[in-house]
Amino acid sequence: MASSSPSPAERFIAGILPENPIYRQMLGMCPTLAVTNSLKPALTMAIATTFVLLCANISISLIRPLLKPHLRILVFTLTIAAFVTIADRLLAAYLYEMSKQLGPYVPLIIVNCIIISRCEACASKQPLPHAIADAIGMGIGFTLALASLGFVRELLGMGSLFGHQVLPSSWPNWGILVLPPGAFLTLGALLGAVNAWTARRKARQLSN
Amino acid sequence: MDTIISLFLIFIGAALINNFVLHYFVGICPFIGVSRRVDMAFGMGCAVTFVIAIAATLSWTLTFYILRPDAPLSAWLWKALGGNPGITVDLSILSYIAYIFVIASSVQFVEMYVKKFFPALHRSFGIFLPLITTNCAILFACLEIMKNLQGGDQLWGLHHALALSVGGGIGFTIAIVIMAGLREELELCDVPKALKGPGIALLVAGILAMAFMGFTGVDRGVADAIRTLTHN
Repeated sequence: MASSSPSPAERFIAGILPENPIYRQMLGMCPTLAVTNSLKPALTMAIATTFVLLCANISISLIRPLLKPHLRILVFTLTIAAFVTIADRLLAAYLYEMSKQLGPYVPLIIVNCIIISRCEACASKQPLPHAIADAIGMGIGFTLALASLGFVRELLGMGSLFGHQVLPSSWPNWGILVLPPGAFLTLGALLGAVNAWTARRKARQLSN
Repeated sequence: MDTIISLFLIFIGAALINNFVLHYFVGICPFIGVSRRVDMAFGMGCAVTFVIAIAATLSWTLTFYILRPDAPLSAWLWKALGGNPGITVDLSILSYIAYIFVIASSVQFVEMYVKKFFPALHRSFGIFLPLITTNCAILFACLEIMKNLQGGDQLWGLHHALALSVGGGIGFTIAIVIMAGLREELELCDVPKALKGPGIALLVAGILAMAFMGFTGVDRGVADAIRTLTHN
């Protein structure tokens, strides 16, 4: 039965790379593309999403005996909306500039497919420890993906990291990477790189 | 005349210049995942445009009369219940939950209505309707409307909200239909193995987004042309 119901530790690991929400499942693309033009907003968004994912997974897992099949999606979205309101107010209170910069993408966490899919696939069927491990694993996977995108786009697009200049000033800034088209191009290229790397690793494992 | 020009600017802005998909990245999931056939993509686009217009109308009404700071209905209720008249009633903290509720229920009602009265239409794009609840484009339109009702000198009217939502829906349809056409061609191309599927779709979308950046400034130009025409 190990394959049908993985332990909390296995769920935690699965979220980080083997089932990475961005590079493997292609979920939650909207914030991934929209806020990753530099590292700071990307990390803020990742932490906010992880917070909502964790809270939603915990509450859905706790109320799972009460869920009715035909109403479950509505219950999921309303639960998520409540936690997103909390995250949004917290951001506005403590990181006002960042909350202004992220703008509508904080409330758009509500319709982030990652959270709904984790509620549906894991939290509504599994006990609390599994749900928590799953949420944290997925959250770290999402954070890694957003950070990698933000890293490439900020480094090549502006020559800086976290707002500090790191590349020499002779570096010609690739301005297109900071603009919306750059989001698509960078994610496409990174996705190709991840796929190529996984395929090569699999081939090496087979040959051994 | 100024109203018409401002409506036109909102419409063109949402449909072409700041295209919902290619500039704001909302509604990416169907854009990357579903769009492989042009007719299906067109059906999806029409369904989204329809739902977005209904959801925008409902959420404008809700925001204007109940949720925004100092909204007439909630202020009246506050006073009628004997609340302190010096306090500004602001229910905007409830807006996200309210919008999700509005979107989910309007999708449900649209599906029931279409199933009952247009069975042929329902057979062709009914399967997309439940998916639309989690389409970011709709919530995004509601949030934009909310942003323009939070105070300031110029509150949006219902016509502004409709211009934004229909423009956004049409912009979504344009983007998703172009993408579906490109992906039909891509099926026959020799793509590197690692980029097959979503990878190449994202790269193509990047080039498409660059093409759409060419629309920047179109709105000002057309608005100026209209103004000079009406002045002469």
